[in-house]
Parts: sequence; structure tokens; C-alpha cells
Amino acid sequence: MADITLTINGFEVTVPKGSTIMEAADAASIHIPRLCYHPKLSIQGACRVCVVEVEGMNKLVASCCYPAEDGMNVRTNTPEVLRLRRDIVELLIDNHPEDCNTCERDGNCELQRLARDMGIRERLFAGERKRYEKDTSSPALIRDPEKCVLCGRCVRICGEVQEAACLSQVNRGFSTVVMPAHDAPFAETVCIGCGQCVKVCPTAAFVEKDSTREFLAALEDPEMIVVMQTAPAVRAAIGEEFGFEPGVAWEGKMFAAQRRLGVDVVFDTQFAADLTIMEEAAEFVERFTKGGPLPNITSCCPGWIKYAEHFHPDLLPHLSTAKSPMSMQGSIVKSYWAEKMDVDPSRIYSVAIMPCTAKKFEATREELGDDGMPAVDCVLTTREFGWVMKHMGIDFTTLPDEEPDSPLGESTGAAAIFGATGGVTEAALRTAYWMAFGEDLPEDAIEFKQVRGLQGLRLAEVPFGEATVRIAVAHGLGAANEILDRIERGEVELDFIEVMACPGGCIGGGGQPYDGEGKMPLDEETLRLRAQALYGLDSERKLRCSHHNPDIQRIYEEYLGKPLSHRAHELLHTYYYPRVPLGIRPQEAQV
Amino acid sequence: MLYQREALDSPQWWQGLDEMIEREREANPDSWQTALIPVLHYVQDCFGYVPAKAINHVAQALGVPASYVCGVASFYSYFSLEPRGAYTISVCQGTACFVRGSQSVLDEVCRQLDVKPGETTPDMLFTVSDSARCLGACGQAPVMMIDDDVHANVQPNEVQDILAGYIAEARREMQAREELIEIDARAQHE
Repeated sequence: MADITLTINGFEVTVPKGSTIMEAADAASIHIPRLCYHPKLSIQGACRVCVVEVEGMNKLVASCCYPAEDGMNVRTNTPEVLRLRRDIVELLIDNHPEDCNTCERDGNCELQRLARDMGIRERLFAGERKRYEKDTSSPALIRDPEKCVLCGRCVRICGEVQEAACLSQVNRGFSTVVMPAHDAPFAETVCIGCGQCVKVCPTAAFVEKDSTREFLAALEDPEMIVVMQTAPAVRAAIGEEFGFEPGVAWEGKMFAAQRRLGVDVVFDTQFAADLTIMEEAAEFVERFTKGGPLPNITSCCPGWIKYAEHFHPDLLPHLSTAKSPMSMQGSIVKSYWAEKMDVDPSRIYSVAIMPCTAKKFEATREELGDDGMPAVDCVLTTREFGWVMKHMGIDFTTLPDEEPDSPLGESTGAAAIFGATGGVTEAALRTAYWMAFGEDLPEDAIEFKQVRGLQGLRLAEVPFGEATVRIAVAHGLGAANEILDRIERGEVELDFIEVMACPGGCIGGGGQPYDGEGKMPLDEETLRLRAQALYGLDSERKLRCSHHNPDIQRIYEEYLGKPLSHRAHELLHTYYYPRVPLGIRPQEAQV
Repeated sequence: MLYQREALDSPQWWQGLDEMIEREREANPDSWQTALIPVLHYVQDCFGYVPAKAINHVAQALGVPASYVCGVASFYSYFSLEPRGAYTISVCQGTACFVRGSQSVLDEVCRQLDVKPGETTPDMLFTVSDSARCLGACGQAPVMMIDDDVHANVQPNEVQDILAGYIAEARREMQAREELIEIDARAQHE
């Protein structure tokens, strides 16, 4: 495409035709403040924070949606522009609660940063402001419309990227509010709990349901044995809570910190990730060789599972019946480990550190527990884990490296990569090959680079003995819908589909650290670095296939028999059922 | 106008709605937004409001999330998400009407009906609008509209008689409807 040249603040910049003024300014290292704009979402142009002056125009224009033109003369920081921008943010703040000190997003709020950069030092209009109740009905998320600045990022990510479309802006003018259909309680809506709204929200209008208080109470309870597990993606991001750059897996410090919190037993979800692979790969080999149902679709992601129950009930028989690693670990801790240690499972308080808000919902699913006793009692997000460490005075940065406890802590490289999109597929292929042919993949064929990366939807064909396995890897539910539609239209036939609800997979989960100053939420470079940290763990491990994990071999010998055995089915597999939330289809009961 | 809200329980009404949605879909294949508005108008005109059940049905039939339909239906003041009375009363609060005493007309309407602006009488006969800005008939100020009827130069002491006219009309209509139902029942019986 042809290039155009314009002048911004007296400096010339050349950009491709079709760029917006904001993009041109970014290219010229000129930062225009922004609020409703997000590079991964459609342009809304609603907040007007990004207004600039264009020579020859009598009004200021919103630079996020105004196309740059050849020869244009733009000024982004004249006194008038700065004053107007400040007024716009000031008005937003005047309609916002004055509770920064006690707000969850204190120190990590885009509105706060904007106010600081604009130089807003007082509130001018202390009149009426909007008042709404918080919606705390969902086990995963809290919606607090009072904090909302109506940027519409949540509405757009929910509709455009996740295609759940739970949210919309309702009413108008001063009464406008973001809400689900019919203002239904969140727990009854199509919300899948993925938490991407939390990630893109510039304020605290969406946050995760807090579980730190119950966790701290359990730590203090002398009767309870607190057993912890931590998902792969958490170690790739937890350092960011303490100011480290992404790109390093902080495994050792993470385990050390958990002991110093007073956790009794430090296990690792990666053990159960290896266990998941044993069951899921066995299931896939059986379905692949005995004819179906194919494609076999992964089931580790709780957001995707709820989404499938809402929107693709016909596909439920295709989902792997294997529980997620978190729930497998929970079940095994309260059965195998409890028996081994001779403790009453009701004394075990099972805590999972997850990059995910939907896991909080998963933990409440009755069918995953045992007769009313949940497999996992408490789920903390990566952010909550970071806060708990700060709260308890753990100096994460200087901790030594430690190992997790045995026997549910050991893991292979295959388990570490679960946290990045494509990782489950790669891990499953390594073990499925061994299960199907009785021998390991050659050393140089163990990495499946074709399923790695951050493209929303990736297709690959992998040789599998004489046959070929046709694979799709999707992250972001819009990408999942795309491949499912293509299957329905008969355009593509597949054997295996991996779906992760969040862009990037679990490393981009709704419970991961907020992107800090100077970064937009969902920053792709951050995702790439977090993934790199996990692939690094994999290549450093001596054992890189789940079936090589000695503790996995032992649990099958001692307890489970073999994959898909009766006992494995009882403890490690589950079922799904269609859900009809408010607003999906017309039903008498809904009115 | 008296709404026949029983139709909400009638399969024929929903079938009619489906046919209308299909027509709008075909006429506007590229824009659900364009198809949605006339459909919502139709529902509003049938019942005096857009019931939640209809929102879900329309959303499903147009292949649009129910949250989006709620967003559209709540944006336009023409649509109501709560049942409105048979007659909607708008007392103009524009500048011209205001200086000629429309506030005391509105007060009298509310006093007569024992409701506040924005509320509906318990018998579902009248809704008093709380959002009537200039109705565009400043020469006849103060102006009151009841559904599509324009009442010009209204004085507070005329309000009672005007309302009585509508109450009588509603009675006649209800009576006629009951007679029709009776005739139907008799015809079926024979």
C-alpha cells in the first residue's frame, strides 16, 4: 500500500495509507492518551480522550478513528487540546466513586493514570453521580457498574473476540449502563467467566470474585491441612506482580513462597497435567483407532466447557471426558493422597492457584466433587496469589529456588507447556504416539512447532504411523467458532481440536497480572514472552513426555491401574450437560 | 388503546411475529439492526411494551444476542420494557408550554390519577410520561397529548373531564369486547 506523509507536532512521519492519526502518532513516538481504544477491538470513538487538533478543521477530532491524510498537519499537545482532554477525563471522574484508596485496581487503573497524566488535582462537580448495586452472583466475576466509564471494551471483547456477547450498553445518556440481557444476575447469564472483561476493563467495573479471605482463614485453621497446586501459566507470569519483566518461569521461588505462606503441602497442577495427558491421549487413541466420535475436543478449559454447554450442546459428545488438570489434582489429593497419608479428606483444604477466573466457577461444579465435597475448595488467581504474598510479607524477589513436594509435585516438560495455546495438543501427541505404537517419538521429533504460536486458529497435519492426525488449535472463542463452523459446512475434517477460551491460552487468562504502565491489556509481546518461558521449561526438563513421569507411573501401578480403567473413570473423568441461560432461547420459565 | 395482552399466550400471535421477522430478515439481509426496529415496533404496538419473552424470541429468530436486543430496545424512548397503560399521557414540558402553566396541568393529571410522572395507574389504564419535551405545537400551549390526540390550551380545571372521556371510551371498548367473546362462545356452543 502507498505511504502518506503528515506532520505531527512539527515532526514529519510517513505511514501506510489507511492509518489513523493515532497510529501515525505512535509511529512518531508521540503518545496520545486513550481510553476506549483497544488495538484488538473494533473502534468505538466513544470516550474522546484521544482528541487532537487538525489544521483546517474547526473541531477537534478523535485520533483513534480519524484517518491520517497526506500533508495533514496535526497537533496533539496544544494548550487547548490539553485543556479539553483534561475536562473530558475530569467529567468521567466526577461520575466515578471517590474510593481509589480502597479500590482493587488502586495503582493499576487506567483512569487513575490518565487523571495523573492530565494533571487533574481536584474534582469540580460534586453533584449527582450514578449509583448501582454490585452483582456478586457469579462465582467467577463481580460486576460493579458504578466504576464503569462506558468505554465499551468489555462489550466488544465479549462480543467480538469471545463471541459470548453477554454484555451490552443498555439505556442511554446518564442512565447508560453495561449489563447482560434483562439485567439478569451474572450467574444466570451466558457469561462463561473467562475474565477477559476484567483484563480489558480500565477500571474495576469487572473484577474477579475475591477468595483470598477464605484462603487466609484456612491457613489460620489448625484443623485444616492446606494443600496447594499451581497451574503452569502462573509461573510464567507471577514475577510480573513483583516488577519483573515477562519471559521467565519463576517455578522455584513460587514453591518457596507457598511454603513461607504456611501452606502445609506444596503440590503442582503440572503433575495432574501429566495425568490428564495419560487419560486424554488414551481416549484419543481409542477414538482415533476405533472410529469416533471425532474430532476429539479438549476439555481442560472451563470457559470453553461452559461455552460449549451454552452454544454447542450438540458437540458435547465430542469433548474429552477427562477432567481438567485442576480437578484431577483435587480428586487425587482427596482420594489417593488422603488414603496414603491416612487423613480424613474433609480435613484437607485444597487450594488451586490459577491464571483463570472461570476456574472459580469450575470448582463449584457439583459433578466434579465427591458426594457434596468439592475436589478443590478455593481458587486464587495469579493476581490474588501475588497480593497474598505481598500481604503476608513474602519477599518474592530474593527467595531461593525450591522443589514441590512428593508424590504429586513432579512433572515433565509436556505438562509445563499446557499453559500456552497448542501446548495440550503437543503434550498429547507425544504420549499418544507412545500409546499407539509402543515406542517414543525420536528425540528430534518431539517438538511440534506447527501447533505453536499466537495465530488465533492454526491447522496442522501430523504423521501418526501410517495415518495422519488432522489437528486444529484455537484460542479465543471466536476462533473456536470459526473452526466449528467450517466443520459444519463440510469444508474441513479434523481428528483433534484444542480449544482455549483466552487469547494466548492460559498465559493470557483472565486471572493473570494486569498489564502495567505503558502497555495495553492483552499485549501480544507479553503473551509471546510468557509462552517462551513455558517452552523454555519444557526444553530444560530431562523428562519431556507425560508417561515418563515416575510419579505418574507409580500412581497407575499403585492405584489407578491403567488409563481409562474403572477407577480412572470414577476419579478422573466427568460429563457435560446443555445449559439454557437467560436470554439464549425463548422459554416460558425465563419471563 | 386497550392492549390485548392475552395474545402473549396465543401460538397464532407468535407465528405472526415469526412471519414478520422472516420478512424483515429477507428485506435486510445485511443488517440485523435495520430488521430489528420494525419488529420491536410491532411488539410495542401489540402490547404497549416489549416483554422480555419477546426480546428473547426476536433475538433467537434474528440470530442476535439477547443482550444486544435489550440494548436497542432500551435506547429508544418509544419502546418500553415495562407494561404501559392503555393511554399514555404526555404533558408538554417545553419552554412555551412551561411558561403558560403546563406544570400545573401535569400536577393536576398526577393528582387525579394518584401517580407520579413516569408511573402507570394500578388499573393499567393511564401512564403519565416523564419525558415529554417540546411536542412541536407551541402555538397551542399548554399542550397535552393522550396517545395520538392533541389537547390544546389545556387548563387544570379541564383535566378531570378529559380523563373521564377516555375512561368512558375504555369501558365501552371493554364491554364490546366482552360481548364479542360471549357471541363467540355462544356460536361455538351451538
